[in-house]
Amino acid sequence: MAWFLFLVPLVFAGLAAAIPSNRWRPWLVPAGGLTHLLLTGFAVLGEPVSALNGWLMLDPVSTLVLGFVSIMFFVCSLYAPAYLALQQGRSNRVFCACLLAMLGMMTLVIMAHHLGLMWVAIEATTLATAPLLFFNHNPRSLEATWKYLLIGSVGIALALLGTFFLAYSSIHEGLEPTLMLDDLVRLAPKLSPPWLHAAFVLLLVGYGTKMGLAPMHTWKPDAYGEAPGLVGALLACGVTSCAFLAILRFYQICRNAPEAAFAREILIFIGLLSMAVAAVFVIRQRDFKRMLAYSSVEHMGILVLGIGIGGVAIYGALLHMITNGLTKGVMFLSAGNIHRAYESKSTDDVRGAMHRLPISGPLFLAGFLMVTGSPPGGPFISELTILIGTIQAGKYWVSGLFLTLLAIVFIGMGATVLRVVQGVPSAKAVATPYHDRPQLVIPVIIFFVMALILGVWIPHPLDSLLHQAAAYLEGGVP
Amino acid sequence: MNKFIDPILVLVLLLNFVALGASRMRTVIQAVVVQGMLLGVLIALAHGKLEIWVSMMALVTILLKGIAIPRMLFDAIRDVVIRREVEPIIGFIASLFLGAVGTGLAVLFSRTLPIAHADMGSLIVPAALSTVLTGFLMLTTRTKAITQVVGYLILENGVFIFGMLLMEAIPFLVELGVLLDLFVAIFVMGIIIHKISREFSSVSTQMLSELKE
Repeated sequence: MAWFLFLVPLVFAGLAAAIPSNRWRPWLVPAGGLTHLLLTGFAVLGEPVSALNGWLMLDPVSTLVLGFVSIMFFVCSLYAPAYLALQQGRSNRVFCACLLAMLGMMTLVIMAHHLGLMWVAIEATTLATAPLLFFNHNPRSLEATWKYLLIGSVGIALALLGTFFLAYSSIHEGLEPTLMLDDLVRLAPKLSPPWLHAAFVLLLVGYGTKMGLAPMHTWKPDAYGEAPGLVGALLACGVTSCAFLAILRFYQICRNAPEAAFAREILIFIGLLSMAVAAVFVIRQRDFKRMLAYSSVEHMGILVLGIGIGGVAIYGALLHMITNGLTKGVMFLSAGNIHRAYESKSTDDVRGAMHRLPISGPLFLAGFLMVTGSPPGGPFISELTILIGTIQAGKYWVSGLFLTLLAIVFIGMGATVLRVVQGVPSAKAVATPYHDRPQLVIPVIIFFVMALILGVWIPHPLDSLLHQAAAYLEGGVP
Repeated sequence: MNKFIDPILVLVLLLNFVALGASRMRTVIQAVVVQGMLLGVLIALAHGKLEIWVSMMALVTILLKGIAIPRMLFDAIRDVVIRREVEPIIGFIASLFLGAVGTGLAVLFSRTLPIAHADMGSLIVPAALSTVLTGFLMLTTRTKAITQVVGYLILENGVFIFGMLLMEAIPFLVELGVLLDLFVAIFVMGIIIHKISREFSSVSTQMLSELKE
């Protein structure tokens, strides 16, 4: 089962590379997404998944992330054929193959219980997404791809050094050297503290680069700004969730070691710093796709902050990964539609999206309200849970900063979003051929409905899985 | 066997300085080629007895780092016609000086970390750290896309040196995966460099400055 989960998307990727028809090829993406979703369903409901002597395994946390990524990829994939149909005359071979390969590699990251294997898979997602960023083939996307590739690879190289340090911290104590997650969690109290310290810092910097935490976030606005909306959505909810999972793995090890307090403080600090950086750059942001990138930096900060706080905030952070991912799906895809309709992503040109795009425009506005934590959106519940966590932990100054920064981001994003949706569209914008069509808005509506439902009601299976995952992270010994 | 490890690591360190101080692109790449090959030799030495997978690993390392990757880099500089001018943001003397300071810091820092393998030679950790720092220095102070790729390679070499301490903990499969990722990364970077040179008629990343706040 474990093999199928990550090999099937790769087979689809191979098929996509082999099929000659530019018209039919994009349909392989939803087909691959659906197959993966079905396999994930079987894996989650069926027997416990384990392969390769425990190298690949589905624990509660990875079940949660896998389910989320699989659903998210499937909904995004519904958008792909119609999007690629708009790009007639350009080969989509590399694009489709890389999308599917990215799904396979993300699955491998999620299932990996061997930290070396996980590293290999995460680097592979970086490489699979680079050609996706470059799909628009213009100087700006070239620049974005170069920065993404170089900064991402360097960050990931540091994560490898951190992984090695971690392995060495067990050798030093005369223990059997290992990179198996479960062994390391068990041995954590005996690991050599200086090495573990250094390892955690390197890993946080390395995988934090991939996740887009400040101050390692510099590739993000460029990449999200230049990438097609579809790719932005997949990066912002898929790849970043995988990087977050990697950080969770190391948190799990540190939690059982005497370094737990040190790890928590760093996570809280980085989380608040990311929120602050996002708040500074989101104000007066005239490019609405870059604005989404800073929103992503902010929410990645919220995730690690939640983990750093601990207790009920861990549940909140895991829920936030899902609610934020779903609303990011709404925002990126609708922003992609707006970008296409206006052929610009600057608020100087984009006005009156409500009139120009009667479905994408309002969804963009609704997505903004949800992502900034307005009730009854999903992120409201998860952010509230994290806030309660900070109060329960007695860290009142964190609660205060958290709320202040959320408010600043709300005002900053609001100014940009309102400029986009309100007003009267220019004559030039009305003249472009693009109009909202079912295949390009239905995925956005699905994301919107899911995010809205999570705001009012969390289904019991999801709730219990979230509790199990939080307990797994906090409980330590598997 | 192991008495060769420290001298080789000293060579690796010297090559860092060659890469930092050279102004010809070709010399910089050659320094990394030799460094990569030395790493292959180190793998064979560090393990003591030559089992099949160790020699395989050493061979794959030499093939990739010593032949395949440099080939791509040389192809890249031939395509975009650059021989000289590495054009550092800071001068060569200053980079050499910073490199020396970095090496000193690496030695000091590694003293604070407890080492278990006294028999492996005392230089592995400082050599790894200082090579990583050298890679960083090249990445941040050079403007040509290719030199930045070389910086990334040096950084990766540094991580690789540290990996010597963990030959037993890291399975063959994972090591191969790491090398494969590196190879594909350089391959993709090569393609992008090619596109940059076609788009901007230059491979200076200073041209890449349109995206900013």
